[in-house]
Amino acid sequence: MLSKLTKTKAPTSTDFSDSYYVASQWELVRRKFKRHKLARVGIIVLALFYTIAIFAGFFSLSDYQKRDVDHVTMPPQNLHFFDEQGKFHLRPFVCNYIYTLNMDTLERMFEEDTSNCYDIQFLVHTHPYKFWGIFETDLHLIGVESPGYYFPFGTDEFGRDLFSRNVYASRISLSIGFVGVILSFFLGSIIGGISGYFGGAIDMVIQRIIEFIISIPSIPLWIALAAALPHDWSSVEVYFGITIVLATVGWTTLARTVRGKFLELREADFVMAAKISNMSDFHIIIKHLLPSFASYLIVILTLSIPGMILGETALSFLEIGIRPPAVSWGVLLQDAQNIRSLALHPWLFIPAIYVIVTVLAFNFIGDGLRDAADPYKQ
Amino acid sequence: MIFLLWLTTVVTFVIVQLPPGDYSTALIGRLEAAGQHVDEEKRQAIKKEFGLDLPTHMRYVKWVTLAAKGNLGYSFDWKRPVTELIGQRLTLTVTIALLSTIVTYVIAIPIGIYSATHQYSVGDYIFTTWGFFGLAVPNFMLALALLYFGLRYFGVNLSGLYSQEFMDAPWSIAKLLDLAKHLPIPVFVVATGGSAGLIRVLRATLLDELEKQYVITARSKGLSNTKMLFKYPVRLCLNPLVSNLAWLFPNLISGGAITAIVLGLPTAGPMMLRALLTQDTFLSCSILLFLTMLTLIGTTISDILLVLVDPRIRMERSTS
Repeated sequence: MLSKLTKTKAPTSTDFSDSYYVASQWELVRRKFKRHKLARVGIIVLALFYTIAIFAGFFSLSDYQKRDVDHVTMPPQNLHFFDEQGKFHLRPFVCNYIYTLNMDTLERMFEEDTSNCYDIQFLVHTHPYKFWGIFETDLHLIGVESPGYYFPFGTDEFGRDLFSRNVYASRISLSIGFVGVILSFFLGSIIGGISGYFGGAIDMVIQRIIEFIISIPSIPLWIALAAALPHDWSSVEVYFGITIVLATVGWTTLARTVRGKFLELREADFVMAAKISNMSDFHIIIKHLLPSFASYLIVILTLSIPGMILGETALSFLEIGIRPPAVSWGVLLQDAQNIRSLALHPWLFIPAIYVIVTVLAFNFIGDGLRDAADPYKQ
Repeated sequence: MIFLLWLTTVVTFVIVQLPPGDYSTALIGRLEAAGQHVDEEKRQAIKKEFGLDLPTHMRYVKWVTLAAKGNLGYSFDWKRPVTELIGQRLTLTVTIALLSTIVTYVIAIPIGIYSATHQYSVGDYIFTTWGFFGLAVPNFMLALALLYFGLRYFGVNLSGLYSQEFMDAPWSIAKLLDLAKHLPIPVFVVATGGSAGLIRVLRATLLDELEKQYVITARSKGLSNTKMLFKYPVRLCLNPLVSNLAWLFPNLISGGAITAIVLGLPTAGPMMLRALLTQDTFLSCSILLFLTMLTLIGTTISDILLVLVDPRIRMERSTS
């Protein structure tokens, strides 16, 4: 396991100073997590992705739904620091592309027009957008003044800017995992809690149900459920429909863990000790039981987010998930379905890189958290 | 097991019935789009023809009683009996899943052992990174990437299971060879994801075992490294691998379904997707039922294997 790779170093002598012994459990968890390098990389990457997703309008370069008929399936534009004379420009610039149709192969050819270049501007006023749907603004982090344009990831078959589409797609793709996880968290902890707390016949029935759900192959089940979503639903309804579909499978692992922990901890010595000291059940659960396995829950939740993101991507890719005009990474990848168009326009595959990086980041953080979850284990 | 199967029939039937409308609504829609006028009488006639005039629970009872006798009903869309339609496709699904299972273990066991015995070596880092990517890259993306590289750099179309000329040909040695040429791509795609998880499990458990006293004892008695390794710790580490088969198999079936859709393979996955979208009730129900059955069989096999591999479980059974 990678945790071994980035094995947390044995505590140095300073770690055994007084601060180590007086630090609270969460303080120790935090310290141990910070030593996991890959997890820190994961946190930084995700923080960046989520910031971009939250302020999608601010980071986008052009209107993500706008169709630019003059620049259809244009390859990613080069960013230049040196002009034709080899002079260095501190401010990078892009050049407009001239479009020609190769009459022999009927391929679209784009050539850089080096006489028609524009500087990249920062905090520039270009196309208007609604900030969180509250007020209208046209401020963007970077942009190119008209009639210049900048398509860092190229454009799709309708001439829409793939970079901005990716930025907007990350909103749905990144949030769907969280919403799905919250849903499965409620289902899993309540059902798992009931199962572990009452035991007996109820436990038996719930466990059989869970085993049953696990025994259905998840992707065919997702496909079946997603295909059942009505065709006339709005984007928002479909979005929540998909999260429910993803959560129907997701809650089972969590329920199992919660039940197992309940059964195990019910018999633990410290619970017995607390009971003898006349603590109320409520107090025991809040003060002793929950903290002792909250960290495990967080680990499981973190590790189940990437599965949900991948599930959404796969469903949207098969055209039974999120539906256009809403965009998610899976929706963008639909364009890559046709292998011949992918061979001609490989930049259509860029959303896949986003998906992979996100999933890796979540996995790294999950690994780091798993190591940190038990701070007393060296 | 029988109970679980029965439960599966109920659940799949309910799921498939969830979308509003049924096959007849879609058909009537198509007829109307083609310019035909469909009056109420004809509507009823169409519904009756497909048996859709009965209430849902009656249709379920009818289907299940027939299914118990081996008749899975009739596909609305293909106008052929379901049994005939899915027979060959299921064989291919099972073939791919089984081959992928074998390939998964063949990849995962040597790499896992190597990674654990050569911890922190260059090879270990390479394999661990590869394992992480195997987890993060969904099957369908890997399939797409392979298709892309095949077309771009070798000029071959890797999709499908047969070459053009064998598409509808009867079974022959030549067709079998052609199939063998196309199989490695889907098998490789499906096996990569599965092996990534197994490598991680095997590496972690083997590392734990290697630190134990009995390994030191065996070494101090002068046992050769290979002999010691394969006689004791590796045997112990096979246990989690075998019990992993229980979840690996459903995963491979799942992964296989989506890979098959991308690669355009004639297996059960793509047919199920189409059947679900056209609301071809009996066909989609039957496929979902069979896929679940396969995973149940996989779980049972893994239980049996666990008893065979682990003498401790055998002893427990015989003493009790």
